[in-house]
Amino acid sequence: MAWFKRTDTELEVSPDTKRVRTEGLWVKCDGCRQVIWKKDLEENANVCPKCDRHFRIDARTRLELLLDPGFKIEDTGIVSTDPLKFVDVKAYKDRLRKAQAETELADAILNAEGTIKGKPVVVSAMEYAFIGGSMGAVVGEGITRAIERATFQRHPLVIVSASGGARMMEGVVSLMQMAKISAALARLDEVGVPYVSVLTDPTTGGVTASYAMLGDLNIAEPGALIGFAGPRVIEQTIRQKLPDGFQRSEFLLEKGFLDAIVHRRDLKDYVARALDFMAA
Amino acid sequence: MATKAERELENIEKHIAQLEAAAGDNQEARQRLSALHAQVAQLRRQIHSQCEAWQKTELARHPQRPYTLDYIERIFSDWSEIHGDRSYADDPAIICGMAHFHGTEVMLIGHQKARDTKQKVYRNFGMPNPEGYRKALRAMKMAEKFKRPVFTFIDTPGAYPGLGAEERGQAEAIARNLREMARLRVPIITVVTGEGGSGGALAIAVADRVLMMENSVYSVISPEGCASIMWRDPSKKDVAAEALKITAKDLTELGCVDGIVPEPPEGAHADHDAAAALLDQTLLKHYNDIKGLSTDALLDQRYDKFRHMAQFFKEEPA
Repeated sequence: MAWFKRTDTELEVSPDTKRVRTEGLWVKCDGCRQVIWKKDLEENANVCPKCDRHFRIDARTRLELLLDPGFKIEDTGIVSTDPLKFVDVKAYKDRLRKAQAETELADAILNAEGTIKGKPVVVSAMEYAFIGGSMGAVVGEGITRAIERATFQRHPLVIVSASGGARMMEGVVSLMQMAKISAALARLDEVGVPYVSVLTDPTTGGVTASYAMLGDLNIAEPGALIGFAGPRVIEQTIRQKLPDGFQRSEFLLEKGFLDAIVHRRDLKDYVARALDFMAA
Repeated sequence: MATKAERELENIEKHIAQLEAAAGDNQEARQRLSALHAQVAQLRRQIHSQCEAWQKTELARHPQRPYTLDYIERIFSDWSEIHGDRSYADDPAIICGMAHFHGTEVMLIGHQKARDTKQKVYRNFGMPNPEGYRKALRAMKMAEKFKRPVFTFIDTPGAYPGLGAEERGQAEAIARNLREMARLRVPIITVVTGEGGSGGALAIAVADRVLMMENSVYSVISPEGCASIMWRDPSKKDVAAEALKITAKDLTELGCVDGIVPEPPEGAHADHDAAAALLDQTLLKHYNDIKGLSTDALLDQRYDKFRHMAQFFKEEPA
């Protein structure tokens, strides 16, 4: 004999509503392994509210964080012509199409003109989700046009890097972008227009070895991977495990290659303050 | 792989020859056989072009290939080396120095490889550390101050990917060289003599004239590196070499270099003196072309060249 007896009939639950849908609502932080409510993360500029880990963000979000509302997107619609007709296990053309569909961008770069706290600036932001933010002819041209616009208008330039380096599928064409961009930066330097380079996770290879390291100020977000060779290549060369924190922003600051490490929430204030110093 | 295919082709040709003997006066058989001959020739050409890029890579890395000092000894006189980056060390992987070129004082800068094990280690296999690039920049600035032209020789697998190199700012050293070379106020002539290994090569190769030796290669990544990343199989290096378009001919077609320096028929490794003589002529011709330019014209031309190089994109309406 049961102590309690169900008087009502069983609840009718359809299988559709039985499951609680939580996918996409919660994110696990790679830094502290805690589960964060996605909305909290987004409200905190995609920085973990618990451990301050800086999540990667897309180029458009970056522009929105950095610029005052009402900025203008420039240089859209430049697309690669696949100079080498490169095919590995997949055709480069297909990789491009897939990346274009996923990111809704023509390539790994988004240029804008706008203001930071009322000060006019030219900004170039890289899109890591587009083939690892790699630099081919389109990224090279996009960045060069931003530099030329800054030179011509005498407006300060900010480039936000997030890239694995040169785009292998464009071979030597991608290598030559390093020379082209650096030459344009030399001209910007000659006319005394400020250039702030912002390095975010990750910035490696040919991007670090050209414009990312050439700012009047080189500043980075906390914990970003920044280097010339990738960590795996170095491990293979020296046949040792790399120490913790090697090639992270804090390491580069210690070695003297960064001017400052700036939390994402303070980035806009920092750049605005720097522009006060640099722009007459 | 290619040689195996070539051997098979030779076998097929032998069979055809035997059939020819057997065919005698049969006209139809003769016609078919000549068609087969054409097919074999076609296949041979295909195999040849497919492995050409990898063959050139092997030639570019040939242990008997002349290195920078071999050319300096043969083309220049009164060579006097300068050492050190004035801030950390001297990097033996890049050499710099003053010399005479047909009576003109010039600054020479180049990667230096070596042939025996001890020397190879000393030269770090021609892979510079940041000090090497900083020394090169110091030498260039000195040339600029005293208005002497700069000649650079490229032969490196790449900038050294080591722990110390990262700590001392490999990326910063390369980046700075790119920017400063773009505006250096004296003529710069570069020749890729062997391997042009990516950023490690470009860091001393932003020049008014960039030349490539006939059997040299210039690439953003080594064929082996590309094969293991893109194909996840390092043995696909010959396919990767072809796909990356790294030969002197490829780079000329892509508009990334200004000229090809001919080599002796067997390749530069077979005859150092002849290779040096050919390089000497080509360097002199290009130097004579640009030496009369005013500094402003020189810098404008250099800027325009790199500004309009490798423009492989099209613009679509947004």
